[in-house]
Amino acid sequence: MNRFWLQAAEVARKDLLIEGRAGEVLHITIPFGAVALLLLPLAVGTDLTLLENIGAGLYWVIVLLFGMLVAFRQTADEGPAQRDMLAMMMVDPVARFAGKAGATAALLALFEAALLPVVVVLYDPVPVGGWGWVVVAGLLVAVGMAMIGTLAASVTAGLRTRNTLAPLLVAPLSLPLLVGATQVYNSLLGGDSPFVFLTLLVAVDLGLAIVGVLTAPIMEET
Amino acid sequence: MLAVNSRIVELQGVGVRFGTVDVLKNVSLDICRGEIVGVTGANGSGKTTLLRVLATLIRPHSGQGQILGKPIGSGETAAVRGRIGLLGHTAALYPELTLAENLRFASRMTGVDEARADLVLAAVGLQGASDRRLDQCSNGMQRRADIARLLVSMPELLLLDEPHAGLDRAAADLVEAAAREVAGRNGAVVIVSHDTHLMQPLVDRMWRIDEGELHQTNGAMGESDKRTPQKGAT
Repeated sequence: MNRFWLQAAEVARKDLLIEGRAGEVLHITIPFGAVALLLLPLAVGTDLTLLENIGAGLYWVIVLLFGMLVAFRQTADEGPAQRDMLAMMMVDPVARFAGKAGATAALLALFEAALLPVVVVLYDPVPVGGWGWVVVAGLLVAVGMAMIGTLAASVTAGLRTRNTLAPLLVAPLSLPLLVGATQVYNSLLGGDSPFVFLTLLVAVDLGLAIVGVLTAPIMEET
Repeated sequence: MLAVNSRIVELQGVGVRFGTVDVLKNVSLDICRGEIVGVTGANGSGKTTLLRVLATLIRPHSGQGQILGKPIGSGETAAVRGRIGLLGHTAALYPELTLAENLRFASRMTGVDEARADLVLAAVGLQGASDRRLDQCSNGMQRRADIARLLVSMPELLLLDEPHAGLDRAAADLVEAAAREVAGRNGAVVIVSHDTHLMQPLVDRMWRIDEGELHQTNGAMGESDKRTPQKGAT
């Protein structure tokens, strides 16, 4: 493994270790997301057809909204002193981006997997063939969200308004992911091919990766 | 072998501006290998900014010079960061990780043998606390661990920002030993502190910074002065 991947793997390992100790995704964000999924049936009543129809879409909305929390948590462990340390150790900024996004993507995938049984139990969404594609869409959403969160965190690092500014950046950037993920499910539901929307998700992820790679060195120097 | 009297840092007319505020004005400073230099000054006088310029973390808006052979203000300067150790106000470590995990992380990132992490932890007297999380350590222990982090990569240029803050005598001795060790192997050390008395026994030359302007002062003549007969004062 070359130095770049070693550094990226080390950053990801460190972030996952810190999350393992803090347990915020496991003990706070996942239960919080499950409660959010529980609240809607209480609000709209027990219209089972309605719940079946909105279940999948709501799942993705919850994943995106709460995914922001996961992405931001992953970047909160680095203050100015830690950022200086990484710069002084000449850690490749792109390796940092890759490592942080990788760790966040793994946590988001865990978050998605944990909420899936909740949405099935509460909403009983209409089953579709080709669930494997939904899983692929979930992984692409996790990777995309992780990169958006990492980018937003580096743009807002050190700003006093970080906590409000970062979600404002993330929410609109996440829209293509939301559209892609919900349409993959809808395509399968209608018996159509999901490839157009899977391609959209791949394209968004690739675009984010390019932006991340190009901006990481600039972000470090500013 | 490196030349004893070669200049590790040369700054000429360096200025740093944050917005409309001139934080450093026309700063000129030479530091030779084997030298320990002190910079004192009041709060907000520009001490930390000067240290961050030397760490290549801030690009000056004016002036010229070199740090470890690379011209300042260019993209090239960042290439020497791995040869510079910076001790800031707060520990540049991760609170949720143990001391050993923090140092092993630093050693893996810099490509240094992990065994050195354990070695330097013992050198700063923390071998018994290696499995303790940083956020469960006292401020003094955190500072020691941060010094250990610096020693992992054996820097040529050691930059210490208020290194005595929050340290007992034994820990302060460690800082001084680390500074002498770096200077002794032909590196250089810059210590920034508002407390002249703590620095005086250690440094070869002392500078004072007032509202961003650097002036050499008289008085500092430490032991390492004897090792470096020629100084690069400007």
